[in-house]
Amino acid sequence: MQITRRHFFRFMGAAGASVAVRPASAHAWQTKAPPDPFGCLVDLTRCVGCRKCEEACAEVNGLPEPERVNCQCTIFEKNRRPDETAFTVINRYYTGKVDAFDKPVPTYAKVQCMHCQDPVCVSACIVGALTKEDTGAVRYDVTKCIGCRYCMVACPFEIPAYEYFDPVTPRVMKCTFCQERIKETGGLPGCAAICPTETITFGRRETLLAVAKKRLKENPGIYIQHVYGEKEVGGTAWMYISSVPFETVNLPELPDAPAPKLSETIQHSLFSYLWFPVLLFGVLGAFMARCNKGDHKATSPDKGGA
Amino acid sequence: MAHKAGPMNRPLWTPGVLVMLVFMFAGALAIIARFTGGIGYVTNLTHARPWGIWVGIDVATGVALAAGGFTTAALAHIFGRHYYEPVTRPALLTAVLGYTFVVIGLLVDIGRSWAIWKPMFNWNLNSVLFEVAMCVMIYLTVLYIEFLPIVAEQFKGRMNLPGILSKLNSLVDTILQIADRILGKVMWIFIILGVVLSCMHQSSLGSLMLVAPTKLHPLWYTPILPLLFLTSAIAVGYPMVVFETTLATSAFKLDSEMHILAPLTRFTIYLLGAYMVLKIGDMLVRGTWVYLLEGTTQTNAFIVEVLFGVMLPWAMLLFQRVRQSAKGLFFAAALIVGGVVLNRINVFIVGFKPPLSENGYFPAVSEILVTLGLIATLMFIYRVTVTWLPVLQASKEVRS
Repeated sequence: MQITRRHFFRFMGAAGASVAVRPASAHAWQTKAPPDPFGCLVDLTRCVGCRKCEEACAEVNGLPEPERVNCQCTIFEKNRRPDETAFTVINRYYTGKVDAFDKPVPTYAKVQCMHCQDPVCVSACIVGALTKEDTGAVRYDVTKCIGCRYCMVACPFEIPAYEYFDPVTPRVMKCTFCQERIKETGGLPGCAAICPTETITFGRRETLLAVAKKRLKENPGIYIQHVYGEKEVGGTAWMYISSVPFETVNLPELPDAPAPKLSETIQHSLFSYLWFPVLLFGVLGAFMARCNKGDHKATSPDKGGA
Repeated sequence: MAHKAGPMNRPLWTPGVLVMLVFMFAGALAIIARFTGGIGYVTNLTHARPWGIWVGIDVATGVALAAGGFTTAALAHIFGRHYYEPVTRPALLTAVLGYTFVVIGLLVDIGRSWAIWKPMFNWNLNSVLFEVAMCVMIYLTVLYIEFLPIVAEQFKGRMNLPGILSKLNSLVDTILQIADRILGKVMWIFIILGVVLSCMHQSSLGSLMLVAPTKLHPLWYTPILPLLFLTSAIAVGYPMVVFETTLATSAFKLDSEMHILAPLTRFTIYLLGAYMVLKIGDMLVRGTWVYLLEGTTQTNAFIVEVLFGVMLPWAMLLFQRVRQSAKGLFFAAALIVGGVVLNRINVFIVGFKPPLSENGYFPAVSEILVTLGLIATLMFIYRVTVTWLPVLQASKEVRS
């Protein structure tokens, strides 16, 4: 290994200069949520498990007809998850709630992409194939996707599904929030438009939060006093209110911190303007110059690699 | 001790190599199945469990075990300990092959293999994976550049292509001569760059899992996961060199290189010690030791990882008697390598438990065959390379 000291210091000078101009402090993490997004409020006390939303979703998004589309009974025997053929599913839960005759009362819960305010899938995606739109929708662009499935690893709601049996052009499949429909004035997502019991309310997220809180306040005996999705992982566009604890209907307890915050903070404080790698290069270079001084002849003539 | 690396010039088709060929063939069949039936056809991956052994072993573990490349380069070239230069070549070859197979593993694993170039043009600077991908891509290039002088050393001045290709002899030779001359002057840039890039992506591989706080078991989920990944990669560098050098020298019946390996592992006491302090300190600070006696697969895997992969080999290395016996040293090194392998598998597979969709994961046979096939191919190419290129020390071999 030979170092030409002259080359070396010229390069180091440049490296040193770029270190000097780095910003003095690491950037504080800031939310990238759109200012006034749409959302949906799901009131679990209203859902009767008719599964019309599943049907409408399939139709709007060009998916195959839901499994046993008219079944409102045995279909609920197994807990289903959204997959590559269904962006939303309804599950039935017996949470211990009973009616006046001590008969167990079911709670039905709709599952779909929550369209997080600061979506961790968007942060994770290696190519930016997932984006948070101004409408509030988390949109997937298949033309950028390479199929690494890191979005699926990241999602705290375990929503993105994959076309595992397509060998060459598989896609990530998840609820689109009917982005094309809600962009139009008065447009509703397929599921919200069809819901016969007004379980799903579509609107501006701020408005929905006010509606939710009003319902909680006016019916304190019915509802759990919590809007699920107001603060979870930094807030979600889809929010739930319920009369049974949320974790009993598979809505997981989650931290309030936006999920991308930690990794983005670490990445940006170490790598913005590549200041740390450049500094490390400089330090190692200084060591190299020092430790190899006067060694030229002692070293074997083979270069590098060796 | 005028050691000089030289080609082995031994017969290639030994029984061991034939076994490798069998695994390579089986792996090739599984890969063909992957590209005809899809990932779901050959793996047990699900929507909730999108990463299996192809990521956990082929990629994450592959990168960690290739750390011998940058750690030996840093020691011998940057910190000027030229005494250790004989091990830099085999370590470099391991890194070149390791990273090449990381990329091949990724090509099999990602759904749209043909789109692997897209991150070069679609940047997401918030994505940890983007940074890892860029580092791995550039580092692989750097590794090939670092390896080029070895090829040049063997072939310059004696290019001898057969048949019609012989017309290219002088051209290739000129290219090799020029490359060798230029590289000699600028190689220091690539050596430092290799170390910097390695530090970046070795740590970032740990940051990958920081996006999933609710899925990764708290024994492994810690904000210092990137630091643990970096320190463990640095700690496993020299043990990996010991591990493979011992295997190679005993396979080729060469001198065991103990005079280099024994002092090399004295650094490991400090490097592995630092990792151990961080790992156990992190457990104490976050209070995650409460999980240790849960008795689940996950907590047991953690205990095995720390006890047999970190603490036991560290204690072993403290004894000079262990460091100076070829067997003891190999055993300790193997434990450390095993510990890091288990750590990567734990972080990416065992400790990863999506809370909503409860389904366990165990790799399918065809999934395992792909991984084994790739490892066998790597070993086969290593074998071919040391047979024909000057990588291993040839001085003390007993020639007939």
